[in-house]
Amino acid sequence: MLTPAIVRRNTPQRYRMEAQKCAKCGKVFFPPRVVCACGSRKFKGYTLPKEGKVITHTVIRTAPRGFGDEAPYCMGIVELSDGSRILCQIADCEPERLKIGLEVAIEFRKIQEAGESGVIAYGYKAVPAR
Amino acid sequence: MRDVAIIGIGMTDFGELWNDSLRDLFVKAALDAINDAGVDHVDSLVAGCMSPGLFAGQEHIGSLLADYLGQGPIAATRVESACASGGLALRVGLMEVASGMNDVVLCGGVEKMTDVSGAQATYALATAADQDYEAFHGVTFPGLYAMIATAHMHKYGTKREDLAQVAVKNHDNGLLNPHAQYHMKVTVEQVINSVKVADPLNILDCSPITDGAAAVIICPLEMAKKMKKKPIVKIAASAHATDTIALHQRDDITWLNSTAVAAAKAYKMAGVKPQDIDFAEVHDCFTIAEICVLEAMGIVKKGEGGKATREGLTARDGKFPVNPSGGLKSKGHPVGATGIAQIHEIVTQLRGDAGKRQLKKARRALAQNMGGSGGSAVVHILEVL
Repeated sequence: MLTPAIVRRNTPQRYRMEAQKCAKCGKVFFPPRVVCACGSRKFKGYTLPKEGKVITHTVIRTAPRGFGDEAPYCMGIVELSDGSRILCQIADCEPERLKIGLEVAIEFRKIQEAGESGVIAYGYKAVPAR
Repeated sequence: MRDVAIIGIGMTDFGELWNDSLRDLFVKAALDAINDAGVDHVDSLVAGCMSPGLFAGQEHIGSLLADYLGQGPIAATRVESACASGGLALRVGLMEVASGMNDVVLCGGVEKMTDVSGAQATYALATAADQDYEAFHGVTFPGLYAMIATAHMHKYGTKREDLAQVAVKNHDNGLLNPHAQYHMKVTVEQVINSVKVADPLNILDCSPITDGAAAVIICPLEMAKKMKKKPIVKIAASAHATDTIALHQRDDITWLNSTAVAAAKAYKMAGVKPQDIDFAEVHDCFTIAEICVLEAMGIVKKGEGGKATREGLTARDGKFPVNPSGGLKSKGHPVGATGIAQIHEIVTQLRGDAGKRQLKKARRALAQNMGGSGGSAVVHILEVL
């Protein structure tokens, strides 16, 4: 679902990858939460690093609604340089190039075409490191 | 807590059932179960259904189903835990009976999936993933399990053929199940060369979109003993556990921790070890899932699920048969019904009523039902007395 309110609410994470770090145990949460697994409720602001490596991947051949024209496209779970993980598309990457360990950089990209609400969704994608 | 027995079972055929609505399917399975149990009423009804709103445009189904079953004004509850909704329905009903709150409870599951287009069904299923951090980026359920498969193959050397073998085995079993959606033998080559969905998974690695319903009747064990009708099947254990619904937030992508925790709890509750279980019905929504489930349930060591499948451990004539019903792969996967359909197969086997697919050793069995990419799991252990 993409409505103006949802897009606006998610902007700190999708546009700027704003996360947070537990003030007690140091665990990083993306997106931010109010309770850490250690029980602490105190957090410090933190921004995710923009480089990492692919730890698993796939090529989506049958795409969901909103992505039909893009298939096939690469996706993966990326472990960022601080150890936190995100799931995202891996753009500018031929399927043959995909492998575990591939070094990537995180870039700001268009994610989905405008749906019924007319809002274009932007966010983060990984690209092979240059 | 009172011990609880299963005294009646019923299910519809699984498939594309264009003549039947959601309520038609549920009532058929429920009446089958009521007739099988020989009871004249139920005290309460619990229905597992993942998304009647998105698949059939209908919510408030607890009351709807109780009404159409001719059982109004009983208590009727719909429970949801994505594809584990059916297993959870049995667990919730079990708690009603074990606690003494009700005596005769109908636990059912239903999903009517083919009234919507393939794209709408894919969207509805994807709501079991993290909408903001998975589905938003364009990943599908086959895509999530494909990433589990890629990681498993890399970490443990699991082969593409091992994944295919799960489909081959389950289709072989489904050939003997009259309720199964697909009565179709497949080969490893056919699976590997079938249409690609999300690499490395192809269409024949995926369970299908299915309409169907299943139901069981449960009551206190002591009440069941007085009935003396059939071999009595006791629910020896019921366990439920959760995990992050976002796959990338797990420490080990290849480890289904909700299943591991639920299985460990279930073994403890039943006072048994994995090697005391004769066979299992497990959640093979994708071929890789069955491999990971074998590991999480402690049937094989971490990383050896593919090898064990290749060597025939889980075949119908193997040491530990898995999915004698044909599994989700061949029997079909009407998501809310699946957990109860697993129980239907196990009771059928424990009673010795499975005909051509009857297993030689069937005294105690395990059912593992899983939601999403493993964000929830429900495990039951059943024994014949």
